[in-house]
Amino acid sequence: MRMTLTHLEAAIVLALMISTVMGITTKKTDRERLIYGLQCFGYFLLAIFGLGWLMRLAHG
Amino acid sequence: MADKKIVEPKARAPLRQWIGPVALAWIVPGGGHLLLGRRGRGAILASCVILTYAMGLLMRGTLFQPQFGDILTTIIYTGGFIGNVAAGLPYLLTVWLGYNQPDVAGHVYDYGTKFLVAAGLLNVLAMVDAFEIAVGKKD
Repeated sequence: MRMTLTHLEAAIVLALMISTVMGITTKKTDRERLIYGLQCFGYFLLAIFGLGWLMRLAHG
Repeated sequence: MADKKIVEPKARAPLRQWIGPVALAWIVPGGGHLLLGRRGRGAILASCVILTYAMGLLMRGTLFQPQFGDILTTIIYTGGFIGNVAAGLPYLLTVWLGYNQPDVAGHVYDYGTKFLVAAGLLNVLAMVDAFEIAVGKKD
């Protein structure tokens, strides 16, 4: 069995895992954890799409 | 003359208070939290670390071997090796079962390698969290 993901899929899955763990390990209440996890995931998505478009525009 | 406050250094938590949960958190991802009675958080951490590691294997990522040469080689290969080992039991099982994927060019293999290291680094975060709970810095 082998898994093949595109760049975008792999980056989003990794972002989801990291955001979840960071949310759980850095905050003290469940509400804070949820908000921080979602915030991290949002920033990851912003970086993924922002850098993706930047590379596309720079590459031509 | 102004009064001088004497600030006493905080006492370190005794080793036996945290070594068990931290060691278990390394060997079994999420295990430290389970031992400390944080079942929900332990289960989520275990799922994240194991899923990330499993996806790395399914993408045929490469496991790092420590190498020493120039500074960049040392950082990448030895750092990657430490990241792999930090995943605990999943890493040990992978090595014991003979997983040996050569470094192949391609984005899927590359992501696999990064997923394998990332799983270990996520487990390091879980270990630090288990330590803080064990010494009472966190609930």
